[in-house]
Amino acid sequence: MYRYVIKRLLFLIPTILGVTLIIYAVMSITPGDPGRAMLGTSALQADVDAYNAALGYNLPFPIKYFNYVKAMVIDQDFGFSYLTKQPVFDEIWPRFLETLKLAFLGVFIAASVGIPFGIYAAVKQYSLWDTVPSLVAFFMAAFPSFVLGLLFLYFFSLKLNLLPSYGIGSFEHYIMPALAISIPPAAQNMRFTKSSMLEAIRQDYVRTARAKGAAERTVVWKHALRNALLPVVTQIGLSLGVLIAGAVVAEKIFSIPGIGSLIVDRIAYKDEPVIIAGTILISICFTLVMLLVDIIYAFVDPRIRAKYSNTKG
Amino acid sequence: MNHQKVESTTVDSFKRPSQTKEIWRRFSKSKGAVIGFVLFSIIAIMLLAADFIVPYEAAIKQDFSQQLAAPSREHFFGTDGYGRDAFARLLHGGRTSLSIALLATFSSAVLGSALGAISGYFGGKVDSFIMRSLDIFMSVPDILFTMAVVYALGANFTNLLFALTLAYFTNYVRLVRSQVLNLAEQDYVEAARAGGSGSTRIILSHIIPNAVGVIIVNTTLNVAKIILYESTLSFLGLGMPPPQPEWGLMLSEAREFMRTAPWLMFFPSAAIVITAASINLMGDGLRDALDPHLKS
Repeated sequence: MYRYVIKRLLFLIPTILGVTLIIYAVMSITPGDPGRAMLGTSALQADVDAYNAALGYNLPFPIKYFNYVKAMVIDQDFGFSYLTKQPVFDEIWPRFLETLKLAFLGVFIAASVGIPFGIYAAVKQYSLWDTVPSLVAFFMAAFPSFVLGLLFLYFFSLKLNLLPSYGIGSFEHYIMPALAISIPPAAQNMRFTKSSMLEAIRQDYVRTARAKGAAERTVVWKHALRNALLPVVTQIGLSLGVLIAGAVVAEKIFSIPGIGSLIVDRIAYKDEPVIIAGTILISICFTLVMLLVDIIYAFVDPRIRAKYSNTKG
Repeated sequence: MNHQKVESTTVDSFKRPSQTKEIWRRFSKSKGAVIGFVLFSIIAIMLLAADFIVPYEAAIKQDFSQQLAAPSREHFFGTDGYGRDAFARLLHGGRTSLSIALLATFSSAVLGSALGAISGYFGGKVDSFIMRSLDIFMSVPDILFTMAVVYALGANFTNLLFALTLAYFTNYVRLVRSQVLNLAEQDYVEAARAGGSGSTRIILSHIIPNAVGVIIVNTTLNVAKIILYESTLSFLGLGMPPPQPEWGLMLSEAREFMRTAPWLMFFPSAAIVITAASINLMGDGLRDALDPHLKS
């Protein structure tokens, strides 16, 4: 089992390198060079060339990429922003933490609302506890986060004047953005948990448990639920992608100084160092969470545990 | 009713007639699926006939004497900050969004299914290479990846299509690969092999017909996902270049006038949600119709 964990941890290295490569390669297609961007349109071409040479901009792509990763890993050096001329890392790190706060709040709400409703809907199938939440979840799955965010803004801030419309001053500031980003994944989680639970309830071992006279509570909680929740672990990890997309728009709508809104804002200024670094940082974080999900899954699922301790190690 | 015809031929092409009838019967028995189908047909017909309902010119023509007009007989959904007719923008914008979504779904399904089939069928080193590369590829969150591609290549129809295809093909690789692996172990495939069928025959007459249902259901649901996604991109200003209308763009423009002209926000929101919901209804209905044992 530990060999599985170590193997997964080792695979993290090529994954992060690959992720960096993809982003770096895609972004290097864009026209323009750092010298011109840093020194401005009025700078002499000779100065621009000298700046680019000092930065290693004219080196072949693989060497440039290698240098970028080296600086990134060793010194957390992502270069300088074209717009503010400040070190990129200093700019993105506090905003990254802000996004992280919002995203974890979102995951927490999405899981703690979606999963219980999903379980209950499956256990009480065809009752009001199933039909009403299922219908709500169905419609919520058709709402993108930015539509929810705008509607919340309109009703709760503008019309009812209940919640602040922008900023991060207090807990109240987080209510609307956190709900806007967590409702679509909560709906997904609910639908997924319900079908997973329904599947588990139909399994032979649940029928066996019922047949031997186990109480309904025991059947549901001990036999069905434990098996039904396994795929839900993966689903929560997957819903993180939806959540990140939601976080980007929620930060834009509610003026939260997070990394997503930073990237979107800097796209308008063609501030590539910030765009690349921000994208890489979120992707690494995403990778780490997915890895964590896989490892948790392997630990809780005896089938996977057995499979990996026998064959692949 | 051109649309219905297209729908039934796709169903025809992957199941024998008797089964098609059976699937159609199950599909049409589900209220949700029928509502979704009717709603989507109405939307699709309106978008297809957009030019006949209201000319494209009305969607981009600025008229500053008509700024932010409330909904009226002349402008069903009012006018935006440039005096453009919101109803015309909604129809023509929907056309763009829906065609990008359909094309991106199709191309990602083809690319992903081909890679998944190769991976599942050949196995071994080819399989692990494709799957490991995919793991890396999937580690970049979709939204950031599409943003980077659109930023690097420039925002236009082709690049948007390209970016969305790359963001969505990964689903199909895993899905088709697991289908192929799963089906290859089924008893009837074993039986066919024992009966002397070759690989080509097994793939064509046993594996593909059985995998196609899952792919079609997934594809239907993906259209809705891509519509939501594409509108998010255009909301962030990474969609089609202006003055081309788009639902997400209309919403980001409407935000400014939320206080004075909230209807500018309501209509595109409703359009996005109704379109996505109607496709999801069809997708769910199709899933139950194709795979009755999934529904208890």
